[in-house]
Amino acid sequence: MSEALVTIEDLTVRFGDRLVVDRVNLSLHRGDIITIIGPNGAGKTTLIKTILGIQVSTSGRIMRAQDLVIGYVPQHLSLESTLPLSVKRFMLLSGQSLAECESALARTGVSHLLKASVHHLSGGEQQRLLLARALVRKPDLLVLDEPAQGVDINGQAALYDLIRQLRDELNCGVIMISHDLHLVMAATDKVICLNQHVCCSGYPADISHDPAFIETFGRPVAESLAVYHHHHNHSHDLHGNVVGSDASHLATGHEECRHEHH
Amino acid sequence: MSIIDTLLNDFFWRALIGGLGVALIAGPLGCFVVWRRMAYFGDTLAHSALLGIALSFLISVPLHLGVIITSVILAMALMLFSRNKTLATDTLLGILAHSALAIGLVALSFMPSVRIDLTGLLFGDLLAMNRNDLLWIYGGAVLILSLLTVLWRGLLMSTIHEELARVEGVPVERLRLLLMLMFALVIAVAMKMVGVLLITALLIIPAATARRLANTPEQMAALAVVFGFIAVAGGLSLSWHLDTPAGPSVVVTAFATFLVVYGSAGQLSARPSA
Repeated sequence: MSEALVTIEDLTVRFGDRLVVDRVNLSLHRGDIITIIGPNGAGKTTLIKTILGIQVSTSGRIMRAQDLVIGYVPQHLSLESTLPLSVKRFMLLSGQSLAECESALARTGVSHLLKASVHHLSGGEQQRLLLARALVRKPDLLVLDEPAQGVDINGQAALYDLIRQLRDELNCGVIMISHDLHLVMAATDKVICLNQHVCCSGYPADISHDPAFIETFGRPVAESLAVYHHHHNHSHDLHGNVVGSDASHLATGHEECRHEHH
Repeated sequence: MSIIDTLLNDFFWRALIGGLGVALIAGPLGCFVVWRRMAYFGDTLAHSALLGIALSFLISVPLHLGVIITSVILAMALMLFSRNKTLATDTLLGILAHSALAIGLVALSFMPSVRIDLTGLLFGDLLAMNRNDLLWIYGGAVLILSLLTVLWRGLLMSTIHEELARVEGVPVERLRLLLMLMFALVIAVAMKMVGVLLITALLIIPAATARRLANTPEQMAALAVVFGFIAVAGGLSLSWHLDTPAGPSVVVTAFATFLVVYGSAGQLSARPSA
């Protein structure tokens, strides 16, 4: 396989005394879609901000491929209402040509909004605009922070579908944070369950049986996901342990979880 | 040249030409104050100007330079303090704004040999503008407008979404610093005309007025310059004819323009649109 776009080794981030990201390892290649899931405050956003280079790590290493172009889709665009801005102007600020901007908007299905004010977009339209803004830079790596926030259920599935298509078209790597467990399980290649450290990681169908996953998200969630995926996978034992040879694809391998109970 | 010379010999025209120069830079910079919610920050820097004046007498440097140096030091101090999040930013700004003003007043009172017109510094003075001030204003205007032109895209991007800008390689921190330097410069050159207590008004009110009519950031900056011109020309005429203090007259005119624009635009939008 080609050289990794991003490789992380033992990445640790502390805010003062608080350990936010604890010795995370992962590597991402072209064509990979990795989804990070985990409870609130698990360090998901901090982890991707470190990958983006806008959060300094406390220790560990990050290696990015040379001349890596990153397309970033932030959680939302909270624009001051005093700043007048049209979709067109926002797209052109990427420094790309109008034709490129228009085709990126068309690709995410919001070309009709070219002349609209950014302030008047719905949640879903805003996400698609941000995606187009990331797309127009022809990224090698697409990083998305909860891309389906504020998008209705039908829209969410379509959005994840679109992200997968874009991965194929651009042959880029994708790393995203998501809360939509069901959709993630259906749409992603690999899942990393983060709770400061990597609780468990692997293919979606396997991971829902992982004891660490069950402990993090609770049995009802895990069981509903297991049912959802039952027909995909047959390789786990009676105790729910993953027999995941696939998990080793991630540099993280498959770690057991050490949660403190409270 | 003789016409220009005659104009510059007349204090009213000197003030007007100077005021228009100030409006030229206050327009676009004021937009950034509004967009980035830096009104209180600008106030804090402006209030430190008196301290800068005291300082420039103490180390005998030109007034403008002393004011710029103090503003920059204060801005840096603010950046350092705000990293330590024990105090909310507005509390911190409130402390520093008024302390800087008070320390400046106390420091000046310790210098009885220094004869300055305190009211003029606080509220502006139509008569105070000399040729040297005009040089500072237009020198500053050329510098600031060229900087803004070159840095416009990066400044705008980091105002819209700081993290997105960073990922795209915009030097966000350096731009923030440059923006603060530009604020310090505009305070130094505008201080004599509008006074340290009212400078922020000249930054904010024309920009806010322009927002009502603008559809792009550039339009808003240009319209803010126009409304700044109106405020300065109207205010100085008011001051000249009615013998009112220059700074407050300019701000009153700016406020009146703001009310007229928002009032009429409000009526327009209240009508059912076709």
